[in-house]
Amino acid sequence: MIRFDNVSKRYPGGKDALQGVSFHLPAGQMAFLTGHSGAGKSTLLKLVALIERSTRGQLFVDGENLSRVPRRRIPWLRRKIGIIFQNHQLLFDRTVFDNVALPLVIAGHRHQDIGRRVRAALDKVGLLDHERDLPITLSGGEQQRVGIARAVVNKPRLLLADEPTGNLDPDLSREIMQLFALFNQVGVTVLIASHDLDLISRMDYPRLVLEGGRIQAPDGLAVA
Amino acid sequence: MKNRLQVYLLRHVQVALASLGRLWRSPLASFMTAAVIGIALALPSGLYLLTGNLQRLSTYWDGNASISLFLKHDIGDAEARKLGGRLEGWPEIASVKLITADQALAEFRELSGFGDALDSLDENPLPAVLAVRPTADDAGAASRLLEKLRALDAVDIAQLDLQWVARFNAMVDLARRGILLIGLLLGLAVLLVVGNTIRLEIQNRRDEIEVTKLIGATDAFIRRPFLYTGLWYGLAGAVLAWLLVELAFWQLAGPVQQLAGLYQSHFGLAAFSFTDTLALAATGTALGLAGSWLAVGRHLGDIEPS
Repeated sequence: MIRFDNVSKRYPGGKDALQGVSFHLPAGQMAFLTGHSGAGKSTLLKLVALIERSTRGQLFVDGENLSRVPRRRIPWLRRKIGIIFQNHQLLFDRTVFDNVALPLVIAGHRHQDIGRRVRAALDKVGLLDHERDLPITLSGGEQQRVGIARAVVNKPRLLLADEPTGNLDPDLSREIMQLFALFNQVGVTVLIASHDLDLISRMDYPRLVLEGGRIQAPDGLAVA
Repeated sequence: MKNRLQVYLLRHVQVALASLGRLWRSPLASFMTAAVIGIALALPSGLYLLTGNLQRLSTYWDGNASISLFLKHDIGDAEARKLGGRLEGWPEIASVKLITADQALAEFRELSGFGDALDSLDENPLPAVLAVRPTADDAGAASRLLEKLRALDAVDIAQLDLQWVARFNAMVDLARRGILLIGLLLGLAVLLVVGNTIRLEIQNRRDEIEVTKLIGATDAFIRRPFLYTGLWYGLAGAVLAWLLVELAFWQLAGPVQQLAGLYQSHFGLAAFSFTDTLALAATGTALGLAGSWLAVGRHLGDIEPS
């Protein structure tokens, strides 16, 4: 699903965020991306979501060579990916329902379709009775779950999460991680950037470890 | 296929209503922007209507144009009457009125106060006059008729006093040209007002734009609400301009009628016709849309998620 071939990213100003990164995350696999802050975790995820472009090397998402995707086709690529942010990036002037519905509205789904799918997504994250609330009235954990509902409402085949438990206490963090494991069980490829080593070590998924922009890919995620 | 189109149109209606709702939620700020646009549109359209009325006024006079035929001295009353009867048969002539030499003298004596001087004259120096009213309203037909009448044997002098109407019309045309220039400048002002308002709106909603881009929104999707906002501003401005001009004309209607009454005329100010109203609405809407298009084109591309 995600394949990096010797990818490097240098930001303007000369900082090398990633250097010669290679790995392969097969479809249906869930994996963690770890490393100290500043090791390049966010940069790696940004390359996958085409928020940034690589300076060298090739990377493929769902079989598509991202360096060949022109700017105007980026939106269609992003619709195939569900992205979850540390600060959830919710729109605070809209209800939970409208926030979760946004990807479907953008994709131009029919009205009846949207209602059904939004409720299904909210049900999965356990927030069905909060659909009329504004995000500001929810707790941090609930807001993060709204963000997750929004990421999965479109049924993407790939989920990216950038420090999804960054601001949550251990119990809530475990709940969120279990939620991701649940999506993985139904076939969604999941890549989670996290520095919560304690939590990760208790879950049995392969880890990509970034250090100073270089990667150590474990068996199974190395490029064949 | 039909379904996709339906969804697309429905989405447009929803976005249009949502932008309207957004404006409605901050009524004062929205009203002030619309008022600036309204005043900018009211000035040229009001002036334009005024000159239109002036032009209409001059056609009133055109219709009253009459040609005076001063007959030669040796033409007697009987002959003059016969000529008048013949002229009345012409299709381009509506009516002919004979003023005999004696009538003319009596009228002159009464109006001029030269009665005594006239008494000392041996004979009546005034000729008989035929006052001819043309059928056609326009000045062109009247002057063609004038040439034809001038060629008659019995006619000494033929006079059509319409030159001042032509001058008046030329002045009105000049005024219209000036108003067009003012209109262009104020239209540009509307463009800038809407553009600047939309630019601020884009900055206010920067986070929202970034988020929607991150979850796969196309540029067209992000552009749409801003374009509709500009469109509503333009339309609201046009409505306000319409109200302002109607109000001003309503204020002027009384005095104008009084003035016209003094001239024994039924002339009254005409405000917006139906097509004028449509044109004003279309202009306002188009300017609003164009202004927001400019702002969106310049500023939306700068916002990329990071």
